[in-house]
Amino acid sequence: MKDENEAIDEAVDPSRRAFMGVAAGVTAAVVAPGVLLHAVAAAPRSEPVTADVRWGLLIDTAKCVDGCSACVAACDRENGLDMQSKPESQSPLKWDSQKAVWIRKVKLQDNQTGRVTTLPMMCQHCEHPPCVDVCPTGASFKRADGIVMVDRHLCIGCRYCMMACPYKARNFIHEAVHGQLTAVPRGKGCVESCNLCVHRRDFGEESTACVDACAAEGHHAIVFGDLKDPASPISQLLKDMPSRQIREDLSLNTGVRYSGV
Amino acid sequence: MATAVLRASLVAVGLVWTLAVQTVQAEDVKRYVVEGSRAAGLESCVEPTERIRRQHMEFIKHQRIATVHEGIRTEKYSLSGCVDCHISYDQERVPRPINDPDQFCGACHAFAAIDLNCFDCHAAVPNGARLDATAIAAHRAAGVGPLVQSRRDGEDH
Amino acid sequence: MKRIVYREWRIPPARYWSILGILAAVAGTAVLAFGYMEHTGHWVTGMNNSVVWGTPHVFAVFLIIAASGALNIASIGTVFHKPIYKPLGRLSGLLAVALLMGGLLVLVMDLGRPERLIVAMTNYNFSSIFAWNIFLYTGFMVIVIAYLWTMADRQGGPFNRPVGILAFLWRLALTTGTGAIFGFLVARQAYDAAILAPMFVIMSFAYGLAIFMLVLLFAFNDEGRPIGPKVLRRLKNLLGVFVAGVLYFTLVYHLTNLYGAKNDGLEHWLMLSGGIYTFLFWVGWVLIGGLLPLGILYHPELSKERNWIVAACSLVILGGLATLYVIIIGSQAYPIQMFPGQTILESGFFDGVNGQPGPYSPTIPEVLLGLGGVAIALIITVVGVRVLQFLPESLADDVVPVDEETLSEEAFAKPA
Repeated sequence: MKDENEAIDEAVDPSRRAFMGVAAGVTAAVVAPGVLLHAVAAAPRSEPVTADVRWGLLIDTAKCVDGCSACVAACDRENGLDMQSKPESQSPLKWDSQKAVWIRKVKLQDNQTGRVTTLPMMCQHCEHPPCVDVCPTGASFKRADGIVMVDRHLCIGCRYCMMACPYKARNFIHEAVHGQLTAVPRGKGCVESCNLCVHRRDFGEESTACVDACAAEGHHAIVFGDLKDPASPISQLLKDMPSRQIREDLSLNTGVRYSGV
Repeated sequence: MATAVLRASLVAVGLVWTLAVQTVQAEDVKRYVVEGSRAAGLESCVEPTERIRRQHMEFIKHQRIATVHEGIRTEKYSLSGCVDCHISYDQERVPRPINDPDQFCGACHAFAAIDLNCFDCHAAVPNGARLDATAIAAHRAAGVGPLVQSRRDGEDH
Repeated sequence: MKRIVYREWRIPPARYWSILGILAAVAGTAVLAFGYMEHTGHWVTGMNNSVVWGTPHVFAVFLIIAASGALNIASIGTVFHKPIYKPLGRLSGLLAVALLMGGLLVLVMDLGRPERLIVAMTNYNFSSIFAWNIFLYTGFMVIVIAYLWTMADRQGGPFNRPVGILAFLWRLALTTGTGAIFGFLVARQAYDAAILAPMFVIMSFAYGLAIFMLVLLFAFNDEGRPIGPKVLRRLKNLLGVFVAGVLYFTLVYHLTNLYGAKNDGLEHWLMLSGGIYTFLFWVGWVLIGGLLPLGILYHPELSKERNWIVAACSLVILGGLATLYVIIIGSQAYPIQMFPGQTILESGFFDGVNGQPGPYSPTIPEVLLGLGGVAIALIITVVGVRVLQFLPESLADDVVPVDEETLSEEAFAKPA
């Protein structure tokens, strides 16, 4: 299914695109799909996502503040994870190991130098995601725009993707879920993880919940944007500052980059 | 011969019964449309009633692939669309989960004895951000979280 | 050499039904455990987001690899022309199907959404070893059933060897595939090793044979059918070789890990400071599953006694479960090294704070589910040998075919 997306990119009907362009009042943009995408960004998406963009994050650990977890709280609120409730008879410690966490704060210390770093960890949205390779049903997939996510309709809950993820980014929903948000369906027995606020992407919003929350705190440690657009703020920053991928030895070409680790 | 006659008459009774029930249900459906919703102003649902009644599962199944894998959110078949137009409210204006056995989706599926597990994952009431960019932005600006909390979504399977 | 006669298992009905009753009770509690875990969700198990596969997977993988191992006896007879193993071929095939069935049931019943099994049957992602294994497992069943037919039906005789060779190659692919489920995972240090695939093959030889010998000895003993020392000596020597093979692969696996500095942390943890995993590695995997049975099987006196051979087989099985517990759960519990050279001070998600392993303790429903798989496998076996002619009437020395070295040509003429 993931490959179909790519095929569709190539075969986009130009006249349909042209119509869209007219509708958006930017006829000139027809020739440049990238520009077009930004031009129609305010409305719900009506065309398949394309590989013209690749969404990603840049995390500047120098700006990430120890003790702040605004991004985590914002993610929980955005995706309805704050509505998770511990089953009554479950011990709090075990529940901590079983509840869904899409983004988490990690604090590290270098063994040699003693330098302490804090950073948020989430799905790294690899270009070559191991979770997609191992999924037996194809439920774990990479969207054309680089977002790695789970099609919960196909997920059988085998958890092989969780075994394969080098970032421990995935969660299995261990308990029945009630009161889901309309924008974020989630239910017992499937695997889930950060999807770069995919509903925000499809409705043309600018950023993700964690990015907004970090900015609201005044830290601006997380930058969201299109890695394929050389003019985007994230590409500009990546060009200027040293950054790396976590576990770059695996050559997964992650969409989430870190500076200062 | 006798068994053949018996079988034929049973089939006939069954057919008549099905037709009768469908007529009755057609009457029932009217009370399931939310006043002022998109459906209230339409002659029928997004497809002619007969078609949507028989094929809605195919429509939303097709839509789900477009939405999940391609990010298309403007197709006319949408599960949240079902909920938006066909939800009903109790006296305190609290929405009733649409898959409850006496509600729009739940009643029919209970009658047809079809296990409905859409709402294991999907919100069974209009919950939180409506799938509309301006509305999302407005809610966020106003600092409003999820609009309503459903009490209980879906039967455990 | 006499003609081998196969007969149904004719133990008294009371005993037969009580054996079945006990097994059915175990399987029944497993069904209850399954219902409980499915209804409430997996939070009632010890499995969590750090250790995602738990006790059910230990049992399931054990049964699946033992299944392919159990087929070995038939393969040795058919593929490698060892006539002495031919009378054992039918039971070997039956056990292979039964064990695989038991293992797969456990695996399926632990899925988060088992009712969507049809999705797994209709949507395939062929870059996934799991998807390939679905075909390897179902194909194995079909081939082994055909294999059984060629052994039991006169008309099947000509196909015996071709089907036997196919079954042998297929079971190698199957166990390699099962090992590759783990061996191809780059994410976790303990898994990222291609040697896991051949190691699973040799493990399957040992565990499958141990189970086969236990079932054979129990069935013959219960009905008073004779087994001569010749067959027994062959089987126990073979088991000894396989157990030694497992130890050898274990040694190579850990030597490889110890050589590179990047795996020092993992090896230090597993060998010395891993708590239950260290204990299970040394006591379960190495001692109970390896050295003790080897000592018994090659002891000049003990190895001649049937009870000691039974003990050795049981130890191999217990050790095998411990081995898989360490391989499957221990490897997940060791934290993923996302930041080499750094110590995790705090984490919102059990990232191995100060080297802490991921939490896991097995729960009763998980164990019951796993045991249920064993019970299902045994039920299939018991019913099979009762209603069909799987067991030879006698394996006494004067009945079993002589070794191939002294075999005359006409012995080849007729398939067993």
